[in-house]
Amino acid sequence: MTDSLALVLVPGLPIFGFLFLSMIGKRYFAKQSGLIGTLLMLVSCGIACATAYKYFFVTGMVDGVYQHQYAFKYVWLPFSETVSIDMGAMMDPISMIMIVVVTFISLMVHIYSLGYMKGEERFAIYYSYLGLFTFSMLGLVLSTNIFQIYIFWELVGVSSFLLIGYYFDKPSAVAASKKAFIVTRFADAGFLIGILILSYYTGTLDFDTMIARLTMPGSELTAISTAGFLGISALTWGLVLVFMGGAGKSAMFPLHIWLPDAMEGPTPVSALIHAATMVVAGVYLVGRLFPVFALSCPAALDLVAYVGIFSSMFAAVIACTQTDIKRVLAYSTMSQIGYMMFALGVSHYGGEAGLGFTASFFHLFTHAMFKALLFLGAGAVIHYVHSNDMKDMGGLRKFMPVTHIVFLIACLAISGIPPFAGFFSKEEILTAAEHNNALIYWCAIATAALTAFYMFRLYFSIFWNKEYVGHLLHKKDNHHNDHAHDHGEAPWSMKIPLIILALLSIGAGFIPFGNFVSSDGRQLASEFHLTAALLPVSLAIVAIAAAMLLYGKENTGPGRIAGGAGGLYRGALNKFYIDEIYLFITKKIIFGFFGTIAAWFDKNIVDGFMNFLGMVSENFSDLLRRMQNGKVQTYAVYVFSGLLGIVLLMVFLWT
Amino acid sequence: MKDIGLSHFLIVSTMLFFIGVYGFLTRRNMITMLMSIELILNSCNINFIAFNKYLFPHRLDGTFFVLFSIAIAAAEAAVAIAIIINLYRARKSIDAEDADSLRL
Repeated sequence: MTDSLALVLVPGLPIFGFLFLSMIGKRYFAKQSGLIGTLLMLVSCGIACATAYKYFFVTGMVDGVYQHQYAFKYVWLPFSETVSIDMGAMMDPISMIMIVVVTFISLMVHIYSLGYMKGEERFAIYYSYLGLFTFSMLGLVLSTNIFQIYIFWELVGVSSFLLIGYYFDKPSAVAASKKAFIVTRFADAGFLIGILILSYYTGTLDFDTMIARLTMPGSELTAISTAGFLGISALTWGLVLVFMGGAGKSAMFPLHIWLPDAMEGPTPVSALIHAATMVVAGVYLVGRLFPVFALSCPAALDLVAYVGIFSSMFAAVIACTQTDIKRVLAYSTMSQIGYMMFALGVSHYGGEAGLGFTASFFHLFTHAMFKALLFLGAGAVIHYVHSNDMKDMGGLRKFMPVTHIVFLIACLAISGIPPFAGFFSKEEILTAAEHNNALIYWCAIATAALTAFYMFRLYFSIFWNKEYVGHLLHKKDNHHNDHAHDHGEAPWSMKIPLIILALLSIGAGFIPFGNFVSSDGRQLASEFHLTAALLPVSLAIVAIAAAMLLYGKENTGPGRIAGGAGGLYRGALNKFYIDEIYLFITKKIIFGFFGTIAAWFDKNIVDGFMNFLGMVSENFSDLLRRMQNGKVQTYAVYVFSGLLGIVLLMVFLWT
Repeated sequence: MKDIGLSHFLIVSTMLFFIGVYGFLTRRNMITMLMSIELILNSCNINFIAFNKYLFPHRLDGTFFVLFSIAIAAAEAAVAIAIIINLYRARKSIDAEDADSLRL
């Protein structure tokens, strides 16, 4: 199979699934649509893994450097001979890693949804939307052209909108999907302006050409660096605006408000989109443009780093107070994406100094595994308990043994305990931070401790804490047997992905990621310092112990700490009032102030002008109408004045 | 007599003509409008006679024209009175403002 056919099939199968299931499958294959979607995804995943294997081990490396190869490139919309929007598929280390991650996690979600979404009325539509999303995400990571990535970026946003708002009869879900779409669309406005700035100065939309022109000394680089606006060079503006788009999609502060609300969607959707794939699109974008960031514009890279670490800490603090388990996981995602962002932010380009780049994508890889596992496990718990809130749970380890074990594995992985996957990727990130920026390093250490704390707070609150009596309450109504809790923990379709992902969460850390992904394409030996790992691991263990003391058995400890922390606790519980600030800005300032002025202008000046035109026509026609009044004397006046006119004309012509 | 030239007669007839036009255009009473029309016609008659007397004294063409004009003016006045009487029978008014049905 040639690369071009493979990379057409990999996104092509899911989009075929979307079209087929939404148009035909909905009517005729409703019950089998899950299997159809899963099968298509299985084939797509197989082809993706085979292509990636071939790239990494057979054809990709030339002279020790991984090449950017093009599977296909098609000129779609030529603006001129040099500027065109191409549709193409690029093979390079990060895109190959991403297609493996995206197709694999999507496959796990497809299998899981067979059990989770069973009995849904709109089952076929759900699988068609999943196919649409997978297609969009794959197109995004395979893009060769910055405009192509923008097109797929918007498509991913639309798919997310459709999936979050899947339960469209719930007003909260509808509001959440609208919020997600509007916030990311707002960020994409910045992204578009950034694209236009960058492409104007480089004269191209193609990634490789643009990166070459912006990193090698030449006329384009000097032009873009000297042109400025408000004292900041055009290159910085372009990269910062492009990062704004990435920050919106990756839920970085202050464009993070949509992510917790997006948990209104079905849990497998949260696992796919809001944990493993869509939210890393921003990280991918920065990674794709990394040479420009690192070589030509370190200021923008610093911004990336600080936004990343701030979002990371911000989310970690909030996650310590939330009681909805999916919200805790959402903030945890935001925090981990912050890790990936600042890992990119502290990295340099080339060789040892480019460790941050490798670490970021390594963390992306392992995070996809254990975060998807966490969400799918939370889905199993929610499926069993019929509630999202921690207070309805507790003591579930007796009733859900498989889920308990895999959830524990995932929590250990995310806390960075060896030998689980998260330990290795976090260690690399912390090493990269330590070598480059001390402030970020210490903040990251603190965040790692907080991460361990809130994740184990979650774990203990669900599986320990108190005794579970929910099933006893429900046993009272005997006629509710269709969905009674004696159905056991979860069907096998839900357990298999959990087990597979748990195995990967254990084993993925041992992959020598530096051999595959690095900032300049050369292989990077992964270094491992035992002494450096001591501090974060010991802090994590202390945090886990604290969580065990506070949440292992029901006690008044948490309540007393919350009371003692007072304002900080209340602030964190209310997500630091960021949503209220946004509502204030939109309602009072934009609608109230600018909106009323615009409305006044529209009603009085624009409409007034139209009314004026109408009035003029009306009066003029009235005037004309009066000419014909039926009175003979008036008509005689017209005759005489006409005659007078002709006489004067004659006199004038004769002299 | 030799102090009164052609231009005096022409000025008088022009003045009479425009007085007649003014009367025709502004009077409300239809009979008065008729009177104004007669003024106009008579001013033209004066014009003819004056030109005849001063430019062609040995001919009578102008005088004959005036005789015809007077006769036709009388006939026209009779027809106009007949129209006015019919209009009065229909509308009970000889006000020119009231005869305005020739319109949309």
